[in-house]
Amino acid sequence: MKPAPFEYAAPDTIDEAIHVISQNDPDEVKILAGGQSLMPLLNMRLARPQLLLDLSRVRELAYIRELDAGVAIGAMTTKRDLEESPLIRERHPLFHAATRLIGHPQIRNRGTVGGSFAQADPAAEYPAVALALDIEIVAQGAGGTRRIAADDFFITYLTTALEPGEILTEIRVPELPAGTGWSFQELARRHGDFALVGATVTLRLEAGRCSDPRIVVFGVVDRATRFAEAEALVAGQPAEPATFERAAAQVAESIEDPLSDVHGSGEYRRDLARVLTQRALVEAAGRAN
Amino acid sequence: MGAAKQIRVKVNDVDHDAVIDPRTSLADFLRGELGLTGTHVGCEHGVCGVCNVLVDGRSVRSCLMLAVQADGRDVRTVEGLADGEKLHPIQEAFMEEYGLQCGFCTPGFMMSICELLERNPDPSDEEIMEVIGGSICRCTGYDSILRSVRTAAAKLGGARA
Ligand SMILES: Cc1cc2nc3c(=O)[nH]c(=O)nc-3n(C[C@H](O)[C@H](O)[C@H](O)COP(=O)(O)OP(=O)(O)OC[C@H]3O[C@@H](n4cnc5c(N)ncnc54)[C@H](O)[C@@H]3O)c2cc1C
Ligand code: FES
Ligand code: FES
Repeated sequence: MKPAPFEYAAPDTIDEAIHVISQNDPDEVKILAGGQSLMPLLNMRLARPQLLLDLSRVRELAYIRELDAGVAIGAMTTKRDLEESPLIRERHPLFHAATRLIGHPQIRNRGTVGGSFAQADPAAEYPAVALALDIEIVAQGAGGTRRIAADDFFITYLTTALEPGEILTEIRVPELPAGTGWSFQELARRHGDFALVGATVTLRLEAGRCSDPRIVVFGVVDRATRFAEAEALVAGQPAEPATFERAAAQVAESIEDPLSDVHGSGEYRRDLARVLTQRALVEAAGRAN
Repeated sequence: MGAAKQIRVKVNDVDHDAVIDPRTSLADFLRGELGLTGTHVGCEHGVCGVCNVLVDGRSVRSCLMLAVQADGRDVRTVEGLADGEKLHPIQEAFMEEYGLQCGFCTPGFMMSICELLERNPDPSDEEIMEVIGGSICRCTGYDSILRSVRTAAAKLGGARA
């Protein structure tokens, strides 16, 4: 047996889960969702909670619900359910494309949307999508429910705005305005690995000029990041290669202290950020109308 | 240890009742408690895929699932593929196409492929590669595994092949 000993609880409802947390020291409780990040940490004893609170029997947390202009997704919805949902595929193609790039089918069968948001891995796809689409995160604790903007949610490596004892219950994904072009690009050593670097872009075209550009890059610093200076070089400019090259170069320049490890040096990652941003801009412009 | 938990799990169509430490992984439960050592363990952090089993028809890493989480579920392992002495078409296809050498990775591949062919009897090469890309084989090379899946699909009556 690899993990250190823990007590285990698997409540059936959110209320019960919150009650269990309130009976314990919230710092000693760890929430278990799909286990695709947490189980390795338990096996390596990097996480040693007193109580493991398993949400996998909380049926009310697994749903994909259409909103007026978007979709609400329950935290325990698996990536497999999302990738197979016609609603997500047809109305939220950026979200769908990013989901397909997460791990392998065997990982997506168990890994949940809430788990990826709460995990906040700097190389993960969903935090980048959250910034590009202005996804809202809904959290519930003993003190009630609150909504958190993506901008305020992801703080740094593996750290979010969730308080100890708070449960992420839902994410709310706005629908992109009609005609918006989008792209999701990443480079991984092998299919299914975490990306080395990735870039996602949304933009619209008005009479051949770009409007409302969003440029988000992940895997280069401690969290997915929007690049406002680069966006400013795209907004109002003609949708042509020179515009995109300039903006992509600006992204590379704006990156301070890029991550560096055995998989890729900081300078390599910085250059990848430039290349992938450029590809994403070109593809997004091609899809806009 | 944490308070022991009582579970009932169906494994290869047989119900098992057990009392276990909650930190027991599904892989260790299958191997250690039930003696089903066809499910292998390698990395034990989700990367290699030798521990893949089916839970309610979906392939999952049994090293990343707790046995308590399998309470009330339907688990299938490589031991459940053959019908007595008669090999499953996926197993026959692996033999015919040289889909294995040392065999360490094979049970994990087979269970993921089983899920694939049950849900999609006529998969494209791209769909096959996505699934077999979720397991690591260090001997065979993926070409013969790809051929094994195509042949298995044909044997099962799906297929293009
Ligand atoms: C081989 C492999 C490849 C992978 N590749 C990728 C990849 O390419 N891209 C990627 O993004 N991810 C990848 N992952 C990680 C995977 O996507 C995880 O599923 C995900 O990071 C966590 O989701 P989970 O449901 O498994 O959460 P868990 O592992 O159960 O939990 C993760 C963390 O989130 C907390 N948590 C979970 N749910 C909640 C909640 N509702 N409220 C509050 N806190 C919560 C847990 O306490 C824990 O700290 C990979 C994993 C493996 C094993
Ligand atoms: S042992 Fe489970 S994935 Fe390697
Ligand atoms: S046959 Fe030896 S690892 Fe695959």
